[in-house]
Amino acid sequence: MSENSLVTNAVGRTVPTLINNVPSVPFKGVGKHRPTGRKHSIVIPSCADYPEDGNKLVPSLKEALIRAGLKDGMTISTHHHFRNGDLIANQIFAIAAELGVKGLVWAPSASFPCHEPIIGHLESGVVHHIEGSMNGALGRYCSEGKMAGLGVLRSHGGRYQAIQDGELHIDIAVIAAPAADAFGNANGLYGETACGSLGFALADSEYADRVIVVTDNLQPFPCIPWQIQGNNVDYTVVVDKVGIPEKIVSGTTQVTRSPDRLFLAEMTARFCEEAGLIREGFSFQAGAGGTSLSIGIYFAELLKKNGLRSRFARGGSNKYLVEMLEQGLTEYILDGQTFDLEGVRSLRENPNHVVTSPFTSYNYHGKGNFASMIDVVILGATEVDLDFNANVVTHSDGYLLHGIGGWQNCLAAKCVILPLPLFRGRVPVIRDAVTTICGPGEMIDVIVTERGIAINPQRQDLLDAVKHSSLPVKSIGELKEEADRICGKPAQPVLGDEIVAAVKWVDGTVIDAVRKVIA
Amino acid sequence: MINEPVFAGNKGKDVRSDCHVTLELTETGGIDLRIDSKVGALYGNAIETLCRDILSHYNIEHASMLVEDNGAFDFVIAARVEACIRQLIPTDDAYLPDLIPENRYSSCAERMRFSRLYIPGNSPKMMINACIYGAHGVILDLEDAVAPQKKDEARLLVRNALRQVNFYGAERMVRINQLPRGLDDLEEIIPHNVHVILLPKCESRDQIAQVNERIRSIQERKNLSGDIYLMPIIESALGVIRAYEIATAADNVVAVALGLEDYCADMGVKRTTEGAESLYAKSHLVNACRAAGVQAIDSVFSDFQDEGALRRIVLQSKSLGFEGIGCIHPSQIQPVHESFAPTDAEISKAKEIVLLFEQAEEKGLGVVALGSKMIDPPVVKRAVQSIDRAIALGKLSKNWRSEGE
Repeated sequence: MSENSLVTNAVGRTVPTLINNVPSVPFKGVGKHRPTGRKHSIVIPSCADYPEDGNKLVPSLKEALIRAGLKDGMTISTHHHFRNGDLIANQIFAIAAELGVKGLVWAPSASFPCHEPIIGHLESGVVHHIEGSMNGALGRYCSEGKMAGLGVLRSHGGRYQAIQDGELHIDIAVIAAPAADAFGNANGLYGETACGSLGFALADSEYADRVIVVTDNLQPFPCIPWQIQGNNVDYTVVVDKVGIPEKIVSGTTQVTRSPDRLFLAEMTARFCEEAGLIREGFSFQAGAGGTSLSIGIYFAELLKKNGLRSRFARGGSNKYLVEMLEQGLTEYILDGQTFDLEGVRSLRENPNHVVTSPFTSYNYHGKGNFASMIDVVILGATEVDLDFNANVVTHSDGYLLHGIGGWQNCLAAKCVILPLPLFRGRVPVIRDAVTTICGPGEMIDVIVTERGIAINPQRQDLLDAVKHSSLPVKSIGELKEEADRICGKPAQPVLGDEIVAAVKWVDGTVIDAVRKVIA
Repeated sequence: MINEPVFAGNKGKDVRSDCHVTLELTETGGIDLRIDSKVGALYGNAIETLCRDILSHYNIEHASMLVEDNGAFDFVIAARVEACIRQLIPTDDAYLPDLIPENRYSSCAERMRFSRLYIPGNSPKMMINACIYGAHGVILDLEDAVAPQKKDEARLLVRNALRQVNFYGAERMVRINQLPRGLDDLEEIIPHNVHVILLPKCESRDQIAQVNERIRSIQERKNLSGDIYLMPIIESALGVIRAYEIATAADNVVAVALGLEDYCADMGVKRTTEGAESLYAKSHLVNACRAAGVQAIDSVFSDFQDEGALRRIVLQSKSLGFEGIGCIHPSQIQPVHESFAPTDAEISKAKEIVLLFEQAEEKGLGVVALGSKMIDPPVVKRAVQSIDRAIALGKLSKNWRSEGE
């Protein structure tokens, strides 16, 4: 075992070279890390070991986990297509506890507040650490240094890359499915818990040693379409309920009524219009958060007003994006995650609304991906610094409270815009140095705030494009100065030396480390 | 000196950008200061320094103080602490934050007042961004938006906001309470570059005189000068009848506003979106204001989610002769501006009239006709006003004469 040491990476952050005893590569710069070797692979399976009639049903999740060989130290993965309505992850670790299994690694594609019971399993030693986003209570727990191992945070694309490259080996993947057959074919389009795309589970289905599909909606073979292919699945399980529908997708996605957010959304849309970014055939991605949702609506208005049409929109689909598709304002939705029932319906009915996965959209160790082809992407951040470096995982007081999601991957887009309030409550968003670097400033083009727009000096083309507009373009330094005058200059919170989590870049290198919060 | 603890400010689950201060004077033991702040890691020390400075400003040496903070700005914390101290120590001495240089500008009597955004006088969260939306005026409201038991602390908060919140060029307005309490409000408001005082439930010239008398007295005592304008709000049947008397009560009355909720209550009628019940009041007020040479300002429209209805109402207001309307939500500002603004057709007609008139003047002609219609001086005056407004609203270039069509 090599010695752990701390090194300074290409963005000047001090990061460990060993993470949970696995050697790791410090961030070298965008596009600089070129791995050698071959992709990870599973042991060659044989049909001789699987039932010829295709019926892989086992009586219970517990039985399936036992047959999959659940034992101490394994890595178990689950996925967040049920968001806060997931009922499976907690059951897995309750079963593990019942069986006396210890030291597991949980590798969710994201965690939600419903996963707070995992804290009990971290305390008891059933779970050793989490490799995946840690929000809310789990993030707080990790931030305070209570987790036995280091948390590892990856983007959606980074998770695919890590599993594909063998950095993150999954022993058992449990894929909860709204519809599946006994062979293991599964999709998210039908049933009580229909949630849209199951793309987050793709890597696990391909690279995990054992794959269990759990459903509450068993279809006779064939379950079509098979976003998850039964040929990758070991066992299937039927349970009463895999998720709580009303917590999975909301029937109605609400546009923000906050005047501050609407103002920011409108300013962002105006910027895009004045900078000439909205043109025939353009493509965009905007999330489902309040501000992003409103920006999508403003985009639709601008397209309609100018008689233009977008070639494709990447989603996070929701009813507003579906409306755009149905009104011909966009030709395609490439859907990574489906946020409401209208999105699910459209995905089911409209051939131009297509499921995608972190492989197609985000994986950096592929032969290209969709993210870099998008014209405009709208993202959030908790903090940015004067060099446009941005943070999405920690707050300014050091607490780890959010996952990366597809954020890092989307930075590859042609124009990356962050609409951010200049301060939240009293906390300024532009800092001398961000608490955690999640994305290098060279990839972030525009910060839109309610008090002015800062364009990355590297984007002279954008600066020129809006030079004669009435937009309040300022330098990021001017914006910071204004915020500090309004809020007062914040003190630098004192964080511990102890590292509690590592943040990976899209290529698997370590871009930053999260320090313990001294409460 | 021993006392019961006193309180100021707000706390609770939904409270943001505010704090709740508890203060008790003690006989010994120095200052026992506890700060429980959501932003403690970033601003804990700054808050402590501020609180100690205020206590020392009032020569308080022994006290127990708790600040429960939810991200309040310094000017808010200072107002809350001062509000506690003033409950314990009778004093007129103020702890004033700086008047930021951006707020040292003046207004003028004839400026456009299409929109004026009401901000509750005791809600710090709404104050800080109140002025970024481009409203022509922003009103910090001490009257209806403030609960009776919070009147004193709101006065200090509004005072500090006038000094610290960047108004970004909006006309700086405060709605005081009904007299006589409103006169005491003036004591805290007048010295801080307020442009317009809104006087609610106005029914007589005498009320205007009382307000002006107090303003003069404050300006004299504090050695201040500068114009302070009045916008009386008429909210009763009697007020409507006396609209002309009120509008002409003093030179610094620049506009008269209508408050229809109270007016309808006074009339014993139900307020409707169609507004038949208030047509007389509106017409009478506009007529009185025209006669007095001041602006007539329409009542607020309270369903801020119904933009369509707001636009209809504003177009109706404009056609009656109103020159502005109150806004209770930032989302109303843009529709209000767009609806009050001269239309493209009005602008091109106005341009035509002005150009024709100028040509006629050059040629020494007294009478001009546009098509079959005579253009006389009042028509020209209105055309010039439309053009000025179009320029101010960015709908027309300043150099429209040289830029042509």
